[in-house]
Amino acid sequence: MLSQSEILQTIKMIEEQNLDIRTVTMGISLYDCARGDMKEACTLIRSKIERMAKNLVRTAKDIEEEYGIPIIHTRVAVTPIAQVAAATGARSYVPFALALQEAADSTGISLIGGFSALVHKGSSESDKVLVDSIPEALSRTGKVCASVNVATTRAGINMDAVKTLGHTIRKAAELSADTSGSACARLVVFANAVEDNPFMAGAFHGAGEPECCVNVGISGPGVVREALKKVRGMKFDDVAEIIKKTAFKITRMGQLVAQEASKRLGVPFGIVDLSLAPTPARGDSIAQIIKEMGLEMCGAHGSTAAIALLNDAVKKGGIMASSHVGGLSGAFLPVSEDSEMAKCAASGELTLAKLEAMSCVCSVGLDMIAIPGDTPAATISAIIADEAAIGVMNNKTTAVRIIPVPGKKAGDWVCFGGLMGEGPVMAVSGLDCSAFIERGGRIPAPLQSQKN
Amino acid sequence: MRAIVTVIGRDKVGIIAAVSAVLAACNANILDISQTVLQEYFAMVMLCDLSKISVPFTELKRKLREKGEEIGLEIRIQREDIFNAMHRV
Repeated sequence: MLSQSEILQTIKMIEEQNLDIRTVTMGISLYDCARGDMKEACTLIRSKIERMAKNLVRTAKDIEEEYGIPIIHTRVAVTPIAQVAAATGARSYVPFALALQEAADSTGISLIGGFSALVHKGSSESDKVLVDSIPEALSRTGKVCASVNVATTRAGINMDAVKTLGHTIRKAAELSADTSGSACARLVVFANAVEDNPFMAGAFHGAGEPECCVNVGISGPGVVREALKKVRGMKFDDVAEIIKKTAFKITRMGQLVAQEASKRLGVPFGIVDLSLAPTPARGDSIAQIIKEMGLEMCGAHGSTAAIALLNDAVKKGGIMASSHVGGLSGAFLPVSEDSEMAKCAASGELTLAKLEAMSCVCSVGLDMIAIPGDTPAATISAIIADEAAIGVMNNKTTAVRIIPVPGKKAGDWVCFGGLMGEGPVMAVSGLDCSAFIERGGRIPAPLQSQKN
Repeated sequence: MRAIVTVIGRDKVGIIAAVSAVLAACNANILDISQTVLQEYFAMVMLCDLSKISVPFTELKRKLREKGEEIGLEIRIQREDIFNAMHRV
Protein backbone atom coordinates (compact mmCIF):
# COMPACT_ATOMS: atom_id res chain seq x y z
CA MET A 1 0.00 0.00 0.00
CA LEU A 2 1.00 3.57 -0.50
CA SER A 3 2.51 5.14 2.57
CA GLN A 4 0.51 7.60 4.58
CA SER A 5 3.06 10.33 3.97
CA GLU A 6 2.79 9.89 0.20
CA ILE A 7 -0.98 10.17 0.33
CA LEU A 8 -0.88 13.21 2.58
CA GLN A 9 1.76 14.83 0.36
CA THR A 10 -0.58 14.61 -2.64
CA ILE A 11 -3.46 16.05 -0.64
CA LYS A 12 -1.27 18.88 0.62
CA MET A 13 -0.21 19.70 -2.95
CA ILE A 14 -3.84 19.99 -4.00
CA GLU A 15 -5.26 21.69 -0.91
CA GLU A 16 -2.47 24.05 0.12
CA GLN A 17 -0.23 24.49 -2.90
CA ASN A 18 -2.86 25.04 -5.59
CA LEU A 19 -1.97 21.95 -7.62
CA ASP A 20 -4.49 21.55 -10.37
CA ILE A 21 -5.07 20.52 -13.94
CA ARG A 22 -5.19 23.91 -15.59
CA THR A 23 -7.05 22.84 -18.68
CA VAL A 24 -8.53 19.93 -20.54
CA THR A 25 -8.69 21.18 -24.11
CA MET A 26 -10.45 19.31 -26.88
CA GLY A 27 -9.04 19.92 -30.35
CA ILE A 28 -11.64 19.70 -33.11
CA SER A 29 -11.00 19.77 -36.85
CA LEU A 30 -13.39 22.01 -38.76
CA TYR A 31 -12.13 21.31 -42.27
CA ASP A 32 -15.32 19.42 -43.12
CA CYS A 33 -17.36 22.53 -42.23
CA ALA A 34 -15.92 24.68 -45.03
CA ARG A 35 -18.72 25.90 -47.31
CA GLY A 36 -19.16 28.69 -49.82
CA ASP A 37 -22.23 29.88 -47.97
CA MET A 38 -21.25 31.60 -44.72
CA LYS A 39 -24.50 30.90 -42.91
CA GLU A 40 -24.28 27.21 -43.73
CA ALA A 41 -20.60 27.07 -42.68
CA CYS A 42 -21.38 28.77 -39.34
CA THR A 43 -24.27 26.38 -38.64
CA LEU A 44 -22.08 23.38 -39.42
CA ILE A 45 -19.27 24.68 -37.19
CA ARG A 46 -21.63 25.28 -34.32
CA SER A 47 -23.29 21.91 -34.54
CA LYS A 48 -20.00 20.05 -34.93
CA ILE A 49 -18.48 21.65 -31.83
CA GLU A 50 -21.67 21.05 -29.89
CA ARG A 51 -21.68 17.42 -30.96
CA MET A 52 -18.02 16.69 -30.24
CA ALA A 53 -17.74 18.66 -26.99
CA LYS A 54 -21.15 17.94 -25.54
CA ASN A 55 -19.74 15.75 -22.74
CA LEU A 56 -16.50 17.65 -22.20
CA VAL A 57 -17.53 19.76 -19.22
CA ARG A 58 -19.39 16.94 -17.49
CA THR A 59 -16.53 14.47 -18.03
CA ALA A 60 -14.01 16.90 -16.55
CA LYS A 61 -16.33 17.43 -13.58
CA ASP A 62 -16.65 13.67 -13.05
CA ILE A 63 -12.88 13.19 -13.14
CA GLU A 64 -12.43 16.08 -10.73
CA GLU A 65 -14.93 14.51 -8.33
CA GLU A 66 -13.49 11.01 -8.46
CA TYR A 67 -9.81 11.87 -8.32
CA GLY A 68 -10.12 14.90 -6.09
CA ILE A 69 -7.94 16.98 -8.40
CA PRO A 70 -9.38 20.33 -9.51
CA ILE A 71 -9.73 20.84 -13.27
CA ILE A 72 -9.90 24.59 -13.71
CA HIS A 73 -10.83 24.95 -17.36
CA THR A 74 -12.44 22.97 -20.11
CA ARG A 75 -11.78 24.44 -23.52
CA VAL A 76 -12.01 23.78 -27.21
CA ALA A 77 -9.45 24.57 -29.89
CA VAL A 78 -10.51 24.49 -33.54
CA THR A 79 -8.88 24.58 -36.97
CA PRO A 80 -7.67 28.13 -37.78
CA ILE A 81 -10.81 29.90 -38.95
CA ALA A 82 -8.94 31.65 -41.78
CA GLN A 83 -8.58 28.22 -43.42
CA VAL A 84 -12.15 27.08 -42.82
CA ALA A 85 -13.76 30.38 -43.84
CA ALA A 86 -11.75 31.02 -47.01
CA ALA A 87 -14.35 29.46 -49.34
CA THR A 88 -17.00 32.01 -48.30
CA GLY A 89 -15.09 34.89 -49.86
CA ALA A 90 -16.67 37.08 -47.16
CA ARG A 91 -15.21 40.48 -46.22
CA SER A 92 -15.69 39.92 -42.48
CA TYR A 93 -15.40 36.76 -40.40
CA VAL A 94 -17.15 38.18 -37.35
CA PRO A 95 -20.12 35.79 -37.91
CA PHE A 96 -17.69 32.88 -37.45
CA ALA A 97 -16.59 34.32 -34.10
CA LEU A 98 -20.22 34.63 -33.04
CA ALA A 99 -20.83 30.99 -34.03
CA LEU A 100 -17.83 29.92 -31.94
CA GLN A 101 -19.14 31.94 -29.01
CA GLU A 102 -22.58 30.31 -29.29
CA ALA A 103 -20.99 26.85 -29.37
CA ALA A 104 -18.89 27.74 -26.32
CA ASP A 105 -21.96 28.95 -24.44
CA SER A 106 -24.08 25.92 -25.21
CA THR A 107 -21.34 23.41 -24.29
CA GLY A 108 -20.43 25.32 -21.12
CA ILE A 109 -16.70 25.53 -21.90
CA SER A 110 -14.77 28.54 -20.61
CA LEU A 111 -12.87 29.57 -23.77
CA ILE A 112 -12.66 28.60 -27.42
CA GLY A 113 -9.50 29.16 -29.46
CA GLY A 114 -8.86 29.10 -33.17
CA PHE A 115 -9.99 32.44 -34.52
CA SER A 116 -6.56 32.23 -36.04
CA ALA A 117 -4.41 32.70 -39.10
CA LEU A 118 -0.97 31.35 -39.95
CA VAL A 119 0.77 34.06 -41.95
CA HIS A 120 4.46 33.47 -41.21
CA LYS A 121 5.45 33.53 -44.86
CA GLY A 122 2.62 35.61 -46.24
CA SER A 123 -1.07 36.30 -45.91
CA SER A 124 -3.76 34.80 -48.12
CA GLU A 125 -6.84 36.92 -48.82
CA SER A 126 -8.64 34.91 -46.17
CA ASP A 127 -5.87 35.53 -43.62
CA LYS A 128 -6.18 39.27 -44.24
CA VAL A 129 -9.95 39.17 -43.70
CA LEU A 130 -9.46 37.24 -40.48
CA VAL A 131 -6.88 39.65 -39.07
CA ASP A 132 -9.09 42.61 -40.01
CA SER A 133 -12.01 40.94 -38.23
CA ILE A 134 -10.13 40.31 -34.97
CA PRO A 135 -10.92 43.59 -33.13
CA GLU A 136 -14.66 43.37 -33.71
CA ALA A 137 -14.74 39.58 -33.25
CA LEU A 138 -13.06 39.82 -29.84
CA SER A 139 -14.96 42.84 -28.60
CA ARG A 140 -18.32 41.28 -29.52
CA THR A 141 -17.57 37.95 -27.81
CA GLY A 142 -16.28 36.94 -24.39
CA LYS A 143 -14.93 33.43 -24.90
CA VAL A 144 -13.41 33.52 -28.38
CA CYS A 145 -9.61 33.60 -28.56
CA ALA A 146 -7.60 34.75 -31.55
CA SER A 147 -4.02 34.09 -32.55
CA VAL A 148 -1.82 34.94 -35.50
CA ASN A 149 1.46 33.22 -36.28
CA VAL A 150 3.71 35.83 -37.89
CA ALA A 151 7.04 34.03 -37.96
CA THR A 152 8.76 30.66 -38.02
CA THR A 153 12.39 29.62 -37.96
CA ARG A 154 11.83 28.09 -41.41
CA ALA A 155 10.12 31.09 -43.01
CA GLY A 156 11.49 34.13 -41.21
CA ILE A 157 9.31 37.00 -40.00
CA ASN A 158 6.39 38.39 -42.00
CA MET A 159 6.94 42.06 -41.25
CA ASP A 160 3.84 43.12 -43.21
CA ALA A 161 1.73 41.12 -40.80
CA VAL A 162 3.73 42.44 -37.84
CA LYS A 163 2.98 45.97 -39.02
CA THR A 164 -0.75 45.26 -39.39
CA LEU A 165 -0.99 43.62 -35.99
CA GLY A 166 0.23 46.75 -34.22
CA HIS A 167 -2.93 48.44 -35.49
CA THR A 168 -5.07 45.36 -34.81
CA ILE A 169 -4.04 45.30 -31.16
CA ARG A 170 -4.69 49.02 -30.74
CA LYS A 171 -8.11 48.72 -32.34
CA ALA A 172 -9.07 45.69 -30.23
CA ALA A 173 -8.13 47.71 -27.13
CA GLU A 174 -10.16 50.71 -28.25
CA LEU A 175 -13.24 48.60 -28.99
CA SER A 176 -13.04 47.10 -25.49
CA ALA A 177 -12.09 50.33 -23.70
CA ASP A 178 -14.91 49.81 -21.17
CA THR A 179 -13.10 46.71 -19.87
CA SER A 180 -9.59 48.22 -19.95
CA GLY A 181 -8.88 46.85 -23.41
CA SER A 182 -9.38 43.28 -22.21
CA ALA A 183 -10.16 41.99 -25.74
CA CYS A 184 -6.37 42.07 -26.23
CA ALA A 185 -6.03 39.44 -23.48
CA ARG A 186 -7.62 37.02 -25.97
CA LEU A 187 -5.21 37.81 -28.80
CA VAL A 188 -1.78 36.21 -29.11
CA VAL A 189 0.80 36.99 -31.77
CA PHE A 190 3.12 34.02 -32.19
CA ALA A 191 6.42 33.02 -33.66
CA ASN A 192 6.77 29.25 -34.17
CA ALA A 193 3.22 28.60 -32.94
CA VAL A 194 2.52 24.98 -32.00
CA GLU A 195 -0.43 23.01 -33.31
CA ASP A 196 -1.39 21.23 -30.10
CA ASN A 197 -1.19 23.91 -27.40
CA PRO A 198 -4.00 23.46 -24.87
CA PHE A 199 -3.46 26.86 -23.20
CA MET A 200 -5.41 29.96 -24.12
CA ALA A 201 -5.47 32.42 -25.66
CA GLY A 202 -3.13 30.83 -28.18
CA ALA A 203 -4.73 27.40 -28.72
CA PHE A 204 -5.77 26.25 -32.17
CA HIS A 205 -6.13 22.80 -33.74
CA GLY A 206 -3.36 22.59 -36.31
CA ALA A 207 -3.41 21.17 -39.81
CA GLY A 208 -1.47 18.05 -38.79
CA GLU A 209 -3.80 17.19 -35.94
CA PRO A 210 -6.37 14.37 -35.98
CA GLU A 211 -10.13 14.83 -36.33
CA CYS A 212 -10.47 15.26 -32.60
CA CYS A 213 -8.17 14.83 -29.60
CA VAL A 214 -7.73 15.78 -25.97
CA ASN A 215 -4.76 17.80 -24.76
CA VAL A 216 -4.10 18.54 -21.12
CA GLY A 217 -2.26 21.48 -19.57
CA ILE A 218 -0.92 20.98 -16.08
CA SER A 219 0.12 23.57 -13.56
CA GLY A 220 1.71 23.79 -10.15
CA PRO A 221 4.05 26.73 -9.46
CA GLY A 222 2.98 26.54 -5.80
CA VAL A 223 4.12 22.93 -5.54
CA VAL A 224 7.53 23.70 -7.03
CA ARG A 225 8.00 26.64 -4.69
CA GLU A 226 7.08 24.54 -1.66
CA ALA A 227 9.52 21.82 -2.73
CA LEU A 228 12.29 24.40 -3.12
CA LYS A 229 11.94 25.35 0.55
CA LYS A 230 13.57 21.99 1.33
CA VAL A 231 16.80 22.92 -0.47
CA ARG A 232 17.35 26.43 0.88
CA GLY A 233 21.03 27.34 0.79
CA MET A 234 21.95 24.20 -1.14
CA LYS A 235 23.68 24.02 -4.53
CA PHE A 236 21.89 24.48 -7.87
CA ASP A 237 22.42 20.78 -8.56
CA ASP A 238 20.04 20.09 -5.69
CA VAL A 239 17.63 22.77 -6.88
CA ALA A 240 17.43 21.21 -10.35
CA GLU A 241 17.02 17.76 -8.87
CA ILE A 242 14.09 18.66 -6.63
CA ILE A 243 12.32 20.56 -9.43
CA LYS A 244 12.69 17.52 -11.68
CA LYS A 245 11.20 15.20 -9.09
CA THR A 246 8.30 17.56 -8.45
CA ALA A 247 7.63 18.05 -12.16
CA PHE A 248 7.60 14.29 -12.60
CA LYS A 249 4.90 13.85 -9.99
CA ILE A 250 2.76 16.69 -11.33
CA THR A 251 3.04 15.41 -14.87
CA ARG A 252 2.15 11.85 -13.94
CA MET A 253 -1.07 13.23 -12.56
CA GLY A 254 -1.64 15.18 -15.79
CA GLN A 255 -1.00 12.06 -17.85
CA LEU A 256 -3.49 10.10 -15.77
CA VAL A 257 -6.18 12.75 -16.20
CA ALA A 258 -5.45 13.03 -19.93
CA GLN A 259 -5.77 9.27 -20.45
CA GLU A 260 -8.92 9.08 -18.38
CA ALA A 261 -10.51 12.02 -20.24
CA SER A 262 -9.52 10.48 -23.57
CA LYS A 263 -11.06 7.13 -22.60
CA ARG A 264 -14.30 8.60 -21.31
CA LEU A 265 -14.76 11.00 -24.21
CA GLY A 266 -13.84 8.36 -26.76
CA VAL A 267 -11.28 10.56 -28.52
CA PRO A 268 -7.51 10.07 -28.81
CA PHE A 269 -5.15 11.51 -26.21
CA GLY A 270 -2.97 14.18 -27.83
CA ILE A 271 -0.36 15.60 -25.49
CA VAL A 272 0.37 16.79 -21.97
CA ASP A 273 1.66 20.35 -21.86
CA LEU A 274 4.26 20.65 -19.12
CA SER A 275 3.77 24.30 -18.39
CA LEU A 276 3.98 26.02 -15.04
CA ALA A 277 1.08 28.43 -15.32
CA PRO A 278 0.64 30.90 -12.49
CA THR A 279 -2.68 32.36 -11.33
CA PRO A 280 -3.50 35.39 -9.21
CA ALA A 281 -4.07 33.02 -6.25
CA ARG A 282 -1.65 33.53 -3.38
CA GLY A 283 1.44 31.34 -3.74
CA ASP A 284 0.62 30.22 -7.29
CA SER A 285 3.46 32.30 -8.67
CA ILE A 286 6.54 31.93 -10.85
CA ALA A 287 7.97 35.14 -9.38
CA GLN A 288 7.92 33.50 -5.95
CA ILE A 289 9.85 30.51 -7.26
CA ILE A 290 12.55 32.89 -8.48
CA LYS A 291 12.56 34.59 -5.10
CA GLU A 292 12.80 31.23 -3.36
CA MET A 293 15.93 30.52 -5.40
CA GLY A 294 17.60 33.40 -3.59
CA LEU A 295 16.90 36.60 -5.51
CA GLU A 296 15.40 39.62 -3.77
CA MET A 297 12.64 39.68 -6.37
CA CYS A 298 11.90 38.60 -9.91
CA GLY A 299 13.62 41.11 -12.18
CA ALA A 300 16.90 41.15 -10.26
CA HIS A 301 20.07 40.21 -12.12
CA GLY A 302 20.09 36.43 -12.06
CA SER A 303 16.39 36.10 -12.90
CA THR A 304 17.13 34.88 -16.43
CA ALA A 305 19.44 32.17 -15.11
CA ALA A 306 16.88 31.20 -12.48
CA ILE A 307 14.05 30.86 -15.00
CA ALA A 308 16.32 28.96 -17.41
CA LEU A 309 17.09 26.39 -14.73
CA LEU A 310 13.41 26.14 -13.75
CA ASN A 311 12.21 25.73 -17.32
CA ASP A 312 14.78 23.09 -18.16
CA ALA A 313 14.32 21.08 -14.98
CA VAL A 314 10.51 21.04 -15.38
CA LYS A 315 10.92 19.57 -18.86
CA LYS A 316 13.49 17.00 -17.79
CA GLY A 317 11.31 15.86 -14.91
CA GLY A 318 8.09 15.87 -16.84
CA ILE A 319 9.14 14.26 -20.05
CA MET A 320 9.49 10.75 -18.64
CA ALA A 321 6.14 11.04 -16.89
CA SER A 322 4.11 11.44 -20.05
CA SER A 323 3.91 9.36 -23.19
CA HIS A 324 3.49 12.47 -25.35
CA VAL A 325 4.70 15.89 -24.30
CA GLY A 326 3.77 18.83 -26.49
CA GLY A 327 2.15 22.22 -26.54
CA LEU A 328 4.15 25.09 -25.15
CA SER A 329 5.75 23.21 -22.24
CA GLY A 330 7.60 25.85 -20.28
CA ALA A 331 7.20 28.26 -17.40
CA PHE A 332 4.82 31.11 -18.24
CA LEU A 333 5.41 34.71 -17.24
CA PRO A 334 1.99 36.37 -17.54
CA VAL A 335 2.51 39.54 -15.54
CA SER A 336 -1.06 40.41 -14.56
CA GLU A 337 -1.96 36.76 -13.90
CA ASP A 338 0.88 36.27 -11.41
CA SER A 339 0.17 38.54 -8.46
CA GLU A 340 3.78 38.48 -7.25
CA MET A 341 5.10 39.20 -10.75
CA ALA A 342 2.70 42.16 -10.99
CA LYS A 343 4.11 43.52 -7.72
CA CYS A 344 7.68 43.21 -9.03
CA ALA A 345 6.65 45.09 -12.17
CA ALA A 346 4.91 47.77 -10.13
CA SER A 347 8.06 48.32 -8.09
CA GLY A 348 9.91 49.14 -11.32
CA GLU A 349 12.51 46.42 -10.76
CA LEU A 350 10.95 44.07 -13.30
CA THR A 351 11.01 45.81 -16.66
CA LEU A 352 9.84 44.96 -20.14
CA ALA A 353 13.49 44.52 -21.14
CA LYS A 354 14.04 41.92 -18.41
CA LEU A 355 10.85 40.08 -19.34
CA GLU A 356 12.04 39.99 -22.93
CA ALA A 357 15.38 38.57 -21.82
CA MET A 358 13.67 35.91 -19.72
CA SER A 359 11.49 34.91 -22.67
CA CYS A 360 14.67 33.79 -24.45
CA VAL A 361 14.92 30.86 -22.06
CA CYS A 362 11.35 30.07 -21.11
CA SER A 363 7.81 29.98 -22.35
CA VAL A 364 6.28 31.96 -23.93
CA GLY A 365 7.01 35.65 -24.35
CA LEU A 366 5.66 39.01 -23.32
CA ASP A 367 2.45 37.84 -21.77
CA MET A 368 -0.45 39.73 -20.20
CA ILE A 369 1.40 42.99 -20.03
CA ALA A 370 -0.50 46.27 -19.80
CA ILE A 371 1.18 49.13 -21.64
CA PRO A 372 0.15 52.79 -22.01
CA GLY A 373 -2.97 53.31 -24.12
CA ASP A 374 -1.24 55.87 -26.31
CA THR A 375 1.58 53.49 -27.34
CA PRO A 376 1.91 53.94 -31.13
CA ALA A 377 0.99 50.97 -33.35
CA ALA A 378 4.55 50.98 -34.74
CA THR A 379 5.97 50.53 -31.24
CA ILE A 380 3.65 47.58 -30.60
CA SER A 381 4.77 46.10 -33.94
CA ALA A 382 8.40 46.58 -32.98
CA ILE A 383 7.80 44.79 -29.67
CA ILE A 384 6.28 41.90 -31.66
CA ALA A 385 9.24 41.92 -34.07
CA ASP A 386 11.72 41.64 -31.18
CA GLU A 387 9.91 38.68 -29.63
CA ALA A 388 9.49 37.00 -33.02
CA ALA A 389 13.22 37.40 -33.64
CA ILE A 390 13.98 35.67 -30.34
CA GLY A 391 11.71 32.78 -31.31
CA VAL A 392 13.00 32.46 -34.86
CA MET A 393 16.67 32.57 -33.92
CA ASN A 394 16.34 30.20 -30.97
CA ASN A 395 14.02 27.63 -32.60
CA LYS A 396 11.39 28.21 -29.94
CA THR A 397 7.87 29.48 -29.59
CA THR A 398 7.55 33.09 -28.53
CA ALA A 399 4.46 35.23 -28.26
CA VAL A 400 3.19 38.68 -27.48
CA ARG A 401 -0.02 39.30 -25.60
CA ILE A 402 -0.03 42.93 -24.61
CA ILE A 403 -2.83 45.28 -23.75
CA PRO A 404 -2.51 48.99 -24.58
CA VAL A 405 -5.00 50.12 -21.92
CA PRO A 406 -7.07 53.03 -23.22
CA GLY A 407 -6.65 56.16 -21.14
CA LYS A 408 -3.95 54.69 -18.89
CA LYS A 409 -0.33 55.73 -18.59
CA ALA A 410 2.79 54.02 -17.25
CA GLY A 411 2.55 53.42 -13.51
CA ASP A 412 -1.27 53.29 -13.39
CA TRP A 413 -2.86 50.12 -12.05
CA VAL A 414 -5.29 48.10 -14.12
CA CYS A 415 -7.63 45.27 -13.17
CA PHE A 416 -8.79 42.78 -15.81
CA GLY A 417 -10.66 40.58 -13.35
CA GLY A 418 -10.74 36.87 -12.64
CA LEU A 419 -7.83 34.74 -13.81
CA MET A 420 -6.59 37.59 -16.03
CA GLY A 421 -5.67 39.31 -12.79
CA GLU A 422 -4.37 42.83 -12.34
CA GLY A 423 -1.12 44.69 -12.66
CA PRO A 424 0.68 47.90 -13.41
CA VAL A 425 0.79 49.61 -16.77
CA MET A 426 4.42 49.07 -17.75
CA ALA A 427 6.53 51.69 -19.43
CA VAL A 428 7.61 51.20 -23.04
CA SER A 429 10.40 53.06 -24.77
CA GLY A 430 9.23 56.32 -26.31
CA LEU A 431 11.77 56.09 -29.12
CA ASP A 432 10.34 56.13 -32.63
CA CYS A 433 10.15 52.78 -34.49
CA SER A 434 7.87 53.87 -37.34
CA ALA A 435 10.42 54.02 -40.18
CA PHE A 436 11.63 50.54 -39.25
CA ILE A 437 8.12 49.08 -39.21
CA GLU A 438 7.06 50.97 -42.37
CA ARG A 439 9.55 48.95 -44.42
CA GLY A 440 7.37 45.85 -44.39
CA GLY A 441 8.43 42.75 -46.35
CA ARG A 442 9.93 39.69 -44.74
CA ILE A 443 12.94 39.22 -42.51
CA PRO A 444 14.65 36.19 -44.10
CA ALA A 445 14.81 32.86 -42.35
CA PRO A 446 18.06 32.48 -40.40
CA LEU A 447 20.87 30.09 -41.17
CA GLN A 448 19.61 27.64 -38.55
CA SER A 449 16.53 27.01 -40.74
CA GLN A 450 18.80 25.23 -43.25
CA LYS A 451 18.91 21.79 -41.72
CA ASN A 452 18.44 19.44 -44.65
CA MET B 1 -12.40 0.51 -8.30
CA ARG B 2 -10.25 1.16 -5.25
CA ALA B 3 -10.23 4.45 -3.42
CA ILE B 4 -8.35 6.17 -0.65
CA VAL B 5 -10.29 7.76 2.19
CA THR B 6 -8.40 10.34 4.22
CA VAL B 7 -9.56 11.79 7.49
CA ILE B 8 -7.73 14.79 8.89
CA GLY B 9 -8.41 16.94 11.92
CA ARG B 10 -8.39 17.02 15.71
CA ASP B 11 -8.40 13.66 17.45
CA LYS B 12 -11.55 12.58 19.26
CA VAL B 13 -13.40 9.43 20.29
CA GLY B 14 -15.26 7.45 17.60
CA ILE B 15 -13.68 8.69 14.36
CA ILE B 16 -13.01 5.26 12.87
CA ALA B 17 -16.45 4.04 13.93
CA ALA B 18 -18.16 7.02 12.31
CA VAL B 19 -16.27 6.73 9.01
CA SER B 20 -16.55 2.96 8.75
CA ALA B 21 -20.29 3.15 9.45
CA VAL B 22 -20.76 5.34 6.38
CA LEU B 23 -18.60 3.03 4.28
CA ALA B 24 -20.39 -0.08 5.51
CA ALA B 25 -23.81 1.45 4.83
CA CYS B 26 -22.74 1.93 1.22
CA ASN B 27 -21.18 -1.54 1.01
CA ALA B 28 -17.62 -0.26 0.60
CA ASN B 29 -15.07 -2.78 1.84
CA ILE B 30 -12.14 -1.48 3.92
CA LEU B 31 -8.92 -3.22 2.84
CA ASP B 32 -6.37 -1.41 4.96
CA ILE B 33 -6.19 1.32 7.59
CA SER B 34 -3.31 3.35 8.91
CA GLN B 35 -3.45 6.26 11.27
CA THR B 36 -1.19 8.60 13.16
CA VAL B 37 -1.86 10.99 15.97
CA LEU B 38 0.64 13.79 16.40
CA GLN B 39 -0.23 15.72 19.53
CA GLU B 40 -3.90 16.52 18.87
CA TYR B 41 -3.60 16.22 15.08
CA PHE B 42 -5.21 13.12 13.68
CA ALA B 43 -4.61 11.67 10.21
CA MET B 44 -6.12 8.43 9.00
CA VAL B 45 -5.79 6.76 5.61
CA MET B 46 -8.08 3.94 4.50
CA LEU B 47 -7.82 1.86 1.36
CA CYS B 48 -11.27 0.73 0.22
CA ASP B 49 -12.66 -1.53 -2.46
CA LEU B 50 -15.63 0.16 -4.08
CA SER B 51 -16.41 -2.51 -6.67
CA LYS B 52 -19.66 -3.48 -4.92
CA ILE B 53 -20.83 -0.13 -3.59
CA SER B 54 -24.59 0.31 -3.40
CA VAL B 55 -24.63 4.03 -4.27
CA PRO B 56 -22.88 6.10 -6.97
CA PHE B 57 -19.37 7.31 -6.12
CA THR B 58 -20.50 10.95 -5.86
CA GLU B 59 -23.19 9.97 -3.37
CA LEU B 60 -20.65 8.16 -1.17
CA LYS B 61 -18.36 11.17 -1.41
CA ARG B 62 -21.17 13.48 -0.31
CA LYS B 63 -22.12 11.23 2.62
CA LEU B 64 -18.51 11.15 3.83
CA ARG B 65 -18.18 14.92 3.51
CA GLU B 66 -21.39 15.42 5.48
CA LYS B 67 -20.22 13.03 8.17
CA GLY B 68 -16.98 15.01 8.32
CA GLU B 69 -18.87 18.25 8.82
CA GLU B 70 -20.94 16.62 11.52
CA ILE B 71 -17.95 15.43 13.56
CA GLY B 72 -15.68 18.37 12.72
CA LEU B 73 -13.10 16.59 10.52
CA GLU B 74 -12.14 16.76 6.88
CA ILE B 75 -13.01 13.52 5.10
CA ARG B 76 -12.01 12.98 1.48
CA ILE B 77 -12.33 10.09 -0.90
CA GLN B 78 -10.29 9.86 -4.09
CA ARG B 79 -9.59 7.09 -6.57
CA GLU B 80 -6.39 5.26 -5.68
CA ASP B 81 -4.93 5.70 -9.19
CA ILE B 82 -4.00 9.33 -8.62
CA PHE B 83 -1.68 8.44 -5.73
CA ASN B 84 -0.18 5.51 -7.61
CA ALA B 85 0.44 7.72 -10.64
CA MET B 86 2.26 10.26 -8.52
CA HIS B 87 4.29 8.03 -6.25
CA ARG B 88 4.88 4.77 -8.13
CA VAL B 89 6.81 4.45 -11.37
